[in-house]
Amino acid sequence: MRLVVNGEERQVGPSTTVKQLLVSLGLADTLVAVERNEEIVPRAQYEHAELHDGDRVEVVHFVGGG
Amino acid sequence: MSDDGLKIGEFEFHSRLFTGTGKYPNLETARKALEASGCDVVTVAIRRVDLTATGADSIMTVLRQGNYTILPNTAGCYTAADAIRTARLAREILDTPLIKLEVIGDEKTLFPDVPATLQAAKTLVNEGFTVLPYFNDDPVAARRLEDLGCAAVMPLAAPIGSGLGVRNPFNIEIIVQHARVPVIVDAGVGTASDAAVAMELGVSGVLMNTAIAGAKDPVRMARAMKAAVQAGRDAFLAGRIERKLYATASSPLKGVIGSDQHGRP
Repeated sequence: MRLVVNGEERQVGPSTTVKQLLVSLGLADTLVAVERNEEIVPRAQYEHAELHDGDRVEVVHFVGGG
Repeated sequence: MSDDGLKIGEFEFHSRLFTGTGKYPNLETARKALEASGCDVVTVAIRRVDLTATGADSIMTVLRQGNYTILPNTAGCYTAADAIRTARLAREILDTPLIKLEVIGDEKTLFPDVPATLQAAKTLVNEGFTVLPYFNDDPVAARRLEDLGCAAVMPLAAPIGSGLGVRNPFNIEIIVQHARVPVIVDAGVGTASDAAVAMELGVSGVLMNTAIAGAKDPVRMARAMKAAVQAGRDAFLAGRIERKLYATASSPLKGVIGSDQHGRP
């Protein structure tokens, strides 16, 4: 299925979870927050939260700033 | 001399210098400068993860090495909705209620959109955030933000990154006189004397980024800022003398050689 992750299209397998997406992005151990269609997915739900075709996902983290 | 701590909401800090973590030439310089500044609180921004980058060290690696309190910001947000969304993401990342609220109203000056800032502050306070809003040096806006339940108010000294110093010390002083929450000067400081001037006005702290990160020697400037904030705080607490138009001699007038009985030459 097709997702839009941080503004870019990505193909992933059917019923991919947030956790699986983060693993595939190499972000499993990184301090991030995830939004699915502008709703935050709490960390505790990563393992079970399934993504759907067309979902818009944002993965954010802290960067240097003032 | 007692070490007067700073309390913001439920948080207590020793250092009154808050530092940003952006614009450093590299992470090692950032690490050393933050250490030299003696700061407790550091600000960070929230951005999309660059999915093309390969596991590079991030600012968080540096921050984890020190015992810093992270103050996420909503920098780059131009609407209340975006700022609220960013604040919620920050809380999800770190489980911290602290948020430096910035809603920018103009690209060139980076001056705040005060109505939007008030709107976002209201929502975030209701959601349990400890809100530290950036805003103009406007005493009325300060009161409104405080009335909404902000834990501190953060008037700018001058435009962000401008290094112009405290442009309106009188407004800052009025804000300090009326505030019941800590006043942190945020943005506009250029060099150590600017930080000292701000502290001498009685503000509770100073937040800066470019002044340190953009200096030729950021580590040395961080050290200078630490000293300036402490000096300014001490000078404020010590109570400065009044300004007078004419001189008053520091040495006794009586007994100057060759003088008459009135001390005149």
